[in-house]
Amino acid sequence: MTDLAPPTTTKKDWTSDQEVRWCPGCGDYSILTAVQMLMPELGAKREETVFVSGIGCSSRFPYYMNTYGLHSIHGRAPAVASGLAVARPDLKVWVITGDGDGLSIGGNHLIHALRRNVNLTILLFNNQIYGLTKGQYSPTSEVGKVTKSTPFGSLDYPFNPLSLALGAEASFVARTHDMDRKHMMEIFKRAHDHKGAAFVEIYQNCNVFNDGAFEEILAREARPANLIPLVHGQPIRFGAQNEKGVAIDGRGIPQVVDVASVGEERLLVHDESLHDTSLAFMLSRIARGPTEPTPIGVFRAVERLEYSAAVQDQILDAQQSAGAGDLAGLLRSGGIWEVS
Amino acid sequence: MTDVAELPRGANQLDRVVIRFAGDSGDGMQVTGTRFTETSAVFGNDLATLPDFPAEIRAPAGTLAGVSAFQIHISDHDILTPGDAPNVLVAMNPAALKANLADVAPGGSLLINVDSFDERNLAKAGFTANPLHDGSLADFRVFEVPMTSLTLEAAKETGAKPREAERSKNFFALGLISWMYSRPTEDTLAWIAKRFAKTPVVVAANTLAFKAGWNFGETAELFDSPYEIRPTNFAPGTYTNITGNTALAWGLIAAAQQAKLPLFLASYPITPASDVLHEISRHKNFGVRTLQTEDEISAVGAALGAAFGGHLGVTTTSGPGLDLKAETIGLAISLELPLLIVDIQRGGPSTGLPTKTEQADLMLAMYGRHGESPLPIVAARTPAHCFQVAIEATRLAVKYRTPVILLSDGYIANGAEPWKLPDVDTLPDISVPFASGPNHTLPDGTAVFWPFLRDEETLARPWAIPGTPGLEHRIGGLEKADGTGNVSYDPANHERMTRLRAEKIARIADDIEEVAVDHEEGADLLVVGWGSTYGVIAAAIRSVRAKGRRVAQAHVDHLNPFPRNLGDVLRTYPKVLVPEMNLGQFSRLIRAEYLVDARSFTKVQGLPFRSSEVEAAIEAYLEVS
Repeated sequence: MTDLAPPTTTKKDWTSDQEVRWCPGCGDYSILTAVQMLMPELGAKREETVFVSGIGCSSRFPYYMNTYGLHSIHGRAPAVASGLAVARPDLKVWVITGDGDGLSIGGNHLIHALRRNVNLTILLFNNQIYGLTKGQYSPTSEVGKVTKSTPFGSLDYPFNPLSLALGAEASFVARTHDMDRKHMMEIFKRAHDHKGAAFVEIYQNCNVFNDGAFEEILAREARPANLIPLVHGQPIRFGAQNEKGVAIDGRGIPQVVDVASVGEERLLVHDESLHDTSLAFMLSRIARGPTEPTPIGVFRAVERLEYSAAVQDQILDAQQSAGAGDLAGLLRSGGIWEVS
Repeated sequence: MTDVAELPRGANQLDRVVIRFAGDSGDGMQVTGTRFTETSAVFGNDLATLPDFPAEIRAPAGTLAGVSAFQIHISDHDILTPGDAPNVLVAMNPAALKANLADVAPGGSLLINVDSFDERNLAKAGFTANPLHDGSLADFRVFEVPMTSLTLEAAKETGAKPREAERSKNFFALGLISWMYSRPTEDTLAWIAKRFAKTPVVVAANTLAFKAGWNFGETAELFDSPYEIRPTNFAPGTYTNITGNTALAWGLIAAAQQAKLPLFLASYPITPASDVLHEISRHKNFGVRTLQTEDEISAVGAALGAAFGGHLGVTTTSGPGLDLKAETIGLAISLELPLLIVDIQRGGPSTGLPTKTEQADLMLAMYGRHGESPLPIVAARTPAHCFQVAIEATRLAVKYRTPVILLSDGYIANGAEPWKLPDVDTLPDISVPFASGPNHTLPDGTAVFWPFLRDEETLARPWAIPGTPGLEHRIGGLEKADGTGNVSYDPANHERMTRLRAEKIARIADDIEEVAVDHEEGADLLVVGWGSTYGVIAAAIRSVRAKGRRVAQAHVDHLNPFPRNLGDVLRTYPKVLVPEMNLGQFSRLIRAEYLVDARSFTKVQGLPFRSSEVEAAIEAYLEVS
């Protein structure tokens, strides 16, 4: 519906009076702009919109949105936001987090928010580094990362955020990147419209502590050969001339193929609506890191019981069967006796 | 020994009795004790209970570690404690006898299930000789009752397998004790029928066992005639029997109603607090939302998120959980949002004694956060008092936009007492308005909303909830500029905000009741306590006074800030004695605050004080010149 009505607000209405304090050149700026530009398109109301964040560079985001906002503590944004969304299903609650905040200190809250399917739009800014604490390796950093805390290289195997989200039963899983505002806006809109927990990983460049982490796939000239756009119902194809594609090999594993050599009919047709997460999971693992052809777009979008609505329904059911709460009656619900 | 009734032989009338049911964890002693409690409550006796069970769900059968007990004190007059020493011990096996015998009053009665006193069970309990035969029980009246075999015999007609039927033996014990103390039976029989309705064979077996126990008392000629304990002369009103955790749950429901806010409870299961979550979860028709979260941190986080949204955010926990919630409580202090944290204290540190009581989280509640982060603390005295304290804690949280810690403990959480039901129409209105419009005008005449512009009297900031047009604002854990609430690193502003947050909490002292003193002319010793020690201290004071000594009692429910008059009260008495179940936390607070030479008297055994212990401490201090 919102697509049809002309926007009643502009980007300016969604911009707070606070000076943005990210480093010049940070990828966060383009994400902020994409969100501020999207809001009028969504027909959203400022008073009904809440941004909740944890701690980290990305978590300063709520200060810059002219909406309700809560900058909480490290890793806990999904917990705080879950409470708010369950209490107030009338609100549109966004969670802004990063790879350290959401996958390290707050990993537990993130997976449980996804599992519960609380109505949250979760944007995870993945820059594969700790920025605010000045450059330690993160749970998405590649093995061997040399940082201040790992002068001999990191030993930790990284998380794949999308695989993790799919394993946590997320009903909406997508990936976009900070170099393409149009794509970000499309994906954010899909995430916003999804009923339940929507998880979006955003490849975001930290130009101070991890510059160029995604350069091999996101440099303008590299994109055609390295970004695999996922389109629901369409064969998965990419490349400057659409000459590449993804097909399932004889062992059941998706592989990047030359369309000419295997034939178009062999290409995998993307289906984001599958209940079974296996295919989405395999797609999330085609690239071993942002150095190889990498799918972007919506991996999974399925309907599943949304938590805050279910909580409301239980209350209504209880009130229908037991009547509205009566305190005097409650106090007399055990064994009682009269003394006169 | 003041709280111990002598059992006058041959007399039918008793003024009180203390009974302890003890058996294996799987023997159903908690059920037996609870049923006896309910019956006695409805009969009209004053009572107090002390359940005492192991942390293990089923420790190895027959061992001392597996003994579960339930003590109940019933009387025809008002009482304050579950009793120091049982007059009657029901021991279902040798381990139960061994673990509890030392507590039994001299001359007390032992009702022993002799069927379980075989060599194997005696060995498991660590007896080298059978105490029934070696004369070691000579100081007691011993009743040897073959409870297991009589239960099996009684349940035969139900067709239940012996292994199943044997489980009814706790109802045999209940039936026997019910006969001994002339309890009505209808209530228990109705309860059995309802509780086990899904398995008729169990209803039949339990009913037959209960009746067999009753009939055994009547016909076996082992016993004198049954005792009577007349109903207590309570003030007129409607009464129910209530545990602290149920009173707390109902108090939270009532508090939300009186605050005109939806109740939002987010908790992670933890002993001994889980029952509050269980109870509130049953009452969704009150519009309550309950969330069992993935951990303690998310529980307090969700409650805080709900508070931001205009709900009464509550989380319930015990010590280990309070440790984990500290950072989020600090955030709530910084955000200045209402939040209620309930800590049902248990033995610590670490996992400690999960099912046992202690009062050792006071310093944690007071100081367990980084930075200058004061918050109000209130404590419950008795099981029923939990109801009222829940409302008071909520009043402070919503009025002053602050997290509040409510301290209860395992003793009152699981203990029960009769409660005169309040008239719900007389409960206080504790509602506060949400912000509805701009509260400040800029020099250029623009009306704006400043989220940290305070009420001049309470210093509370406005509570502006999402959904309110025009009041959009951003708040967080970073220091905020006084007034605008924008992020501020200004040194002078940080000091101003730190002092404002402290002053806001300090001013609450003007808004709480002064501490009441139960004074006696000529008394120069004041016994001052807090929390669940109220009953034992009051009982000890009664006995000391009965001996003609003059002593005063004060009990502090508000632990931060303290009541305005506490310093004057303490300085009135040359001697101040502070009994508490820790190593002297409250005494240190009042010594620091008021420079009084308070003497600490402490116990940390996972069990409440006996009133005789407090009595002895009072008398010893009275002797000091």
